[in-house]
Amino acid sequence: MNAKISFRDVVKTYPMKDGTFTALDHVSLDIADREFVTVVGPSGCGKSTLMSMAAGLVEASAGETLVDGKPVTGPGPDRGVIFQQYALFPWLTVRKNVEFGLKLMELPAEERRRRAERAIELVGLSDFADALPKTLSGGMKQRCAIARAYAVNPQVLLMDEPFGALDALTRVQLQDQLLDTWSQDQRTVMFITHDVDEAVYLASRVIVMAARPGRIQRIIDVDLPYPRTEEMRLSPEFGRIRNEVWHAVYHQAPASSAA
Amino acid sequence: MTQLTALGKSSPAPVVRRGPKRSRRAVALNLIAVVIGLAVWTLLAGVGVQGLPGPVEVAGKAAELLSDGTLPLDALASLRRVLLGFLLGTLLAVPIGFLMGWYATARGLLEPYVQFFRTIPPLAIIPLAIVLMGIGEVPKVFVIFLASFLSSVVATFQGVVDVDRTLINAARVLGASDRTIFLKVVVPASTPFILVGMRVGLGSAWGTLVAAELIAAQEGLGFRMQQAQLYYDLSTIFVGLIAIGVLGLLMDRLLLLAERRLTDWQERR
Ligand SMILES: Nc1ncnc2c1ncn2[C@@H]1O[C@H](COP(=O)(O)OP(=O)(O)OP(=O)(O)O)[C@@H](O)[C@H]1O
Ligand SMILES: [Mg+2]
Repeated sequence: MNAKISFRDVVKTYPMKDGTFTALDHVSLDIADREFVTVVGPSGCGKSTLMSMAAGLVEASAGETLVDGKPVTGPGPDRGVIFQQYALFPWLTVRKNVEFGLKLMELPAEERRRRAERAIELVGLSDFADALPKTLSGGMKQRCAIARAYAVNPQVLLMDEPFGALDALTRVQLQDQLLDTWSQDQRTVMFITHDVDEAVYLASRVIVMAARPGRIQRIIDVDLPYPRTEEMRLSPEFGRIRNEVWHAVYHQAPASSAA
Repeated sequence: MTQLTALGKSSPAPVVRRGPKRSRRAVALNLIAVVIGLAVWTLLAGVGVQGLPGPVEVAGKAAELLSDGTLPLDALASLRRVLLGFLLGTLLAVPIGFLMGWYATARGLLEPYVQFFRTIPPLAIIPLAIVLMGIGEVPKVFVIFLASFLSSVVATFQGVVDVDRTLINAARVLGASDRTIFLKVVVPASTPFILVGMRVGLGSAWGTLVAAELIAAQEGLGFRMQQAQLYYDLSTIFVGLIAIGVLGLLMDRLLLLAERRLTDWQERR
């Protein structure tokens, strides 16, 4: 397999008052080039931590993370990140937020403008391009963060519950848009969610994690062809996989050893 | 029809402002408070509180000091000292605050001094300043400088330390270098803190002024009040106090205005 991202025996511990807390316990995972995987699991099981390692924002206590076969040493614009907490620059308008990464790429102003415009349009924020984040709703902030990541056109998209704050309709629209752009641009996507339906709809593999200590519980293949359609959501096969994921997440056996 | 077009072109970000009605009410209340204050003052002077001049008397004195040029000259001298000390203090405080917030080494080296001098009232430095710097303008400006420096440096430093980590990470994953992060994230994110620090600094600069002008000054609001004290001239003292208050308030409002302008992006709760 041609792995784009691989986690090799990754361990992350945090020092605590009484000993150490194991956030990730020997996690190994290969994500293929152009693959779309989703990660689900109970709160605190280390989903964000695992993703931050691929982003180069968190260092492993042991083991290593490779992107394109090379150890990750820090963040870079080849890996776009959408944070669980929007992380918009509050002093910049939507457009300026989206242009932030493009400016760092030193694109000509014309090109920059065009790409920002396209990304903003994609997430449906054109009417708010000159608004400040404080005037946006939670869902709109999230869409702006998505546009900012899309605009720099990274090979890898690391998305941490990006649609969490959205209403059901916008969520479905953005899911379909994401799959559209993914199939066109053929990026590798690691997508964290707590919505089992979403996890199954988007991914070719669902990574189910467990907590205390954080580890991979199961990996469930989604044998549904792309492009995914709304009808598929209602198909028996989809229902079967969803039940399987649901079961793996919510009926987890307690960790073998006390955490 | 016109209404429809207007609605169709709705601007994306309506800014909520307080209604003019409400602020007019607030101004009216402020004015009432001032009138009541003046009335109480007049009353107290009227019933003969030992040597207390009434508002009319003080106003007369103010007019006299204005027309003979004493008040404008004094105000100018004081203003010059405060502004010079305050500007120098802030200009130095902002880069040092940034250094302390950004580099752990700078923080380790500078923090003990900043925290130590912060506990010393700037006035307590005056004797030392006189001995070391003589009795010219330098020690006066220095003491004011120190007062505004210390409050601004701590605010800037705190602002840098408190910059949201996720914002820094968001910039880093977009490919920002340390330099870019500093200029494009840390500086704007800590601006609100810096401006608050400047306001506090200005307050302490004024607070230090009178005492600084104890140092053998030839003019200045503080000096005038000292002189007046010798002659038991309460009216002049009142004029000086009010002048300091009015000037301080004006400068504070100016800074507040700048703050509103520069940090309008903040979500206020
Ligand atoms: N800086 C830190 N210091 C100590 N513990 C931490 C730190 N960062 C994360 N943790 C712990 O590591 C665990 C995993 O955190 P993480 O944010 O990866 O969880 P998550 O799976 O993303 O949860 P959620 O679904 O709630 O976002 C949590 O139990 C958290 O308490
Ligand atoms: Mg998380």
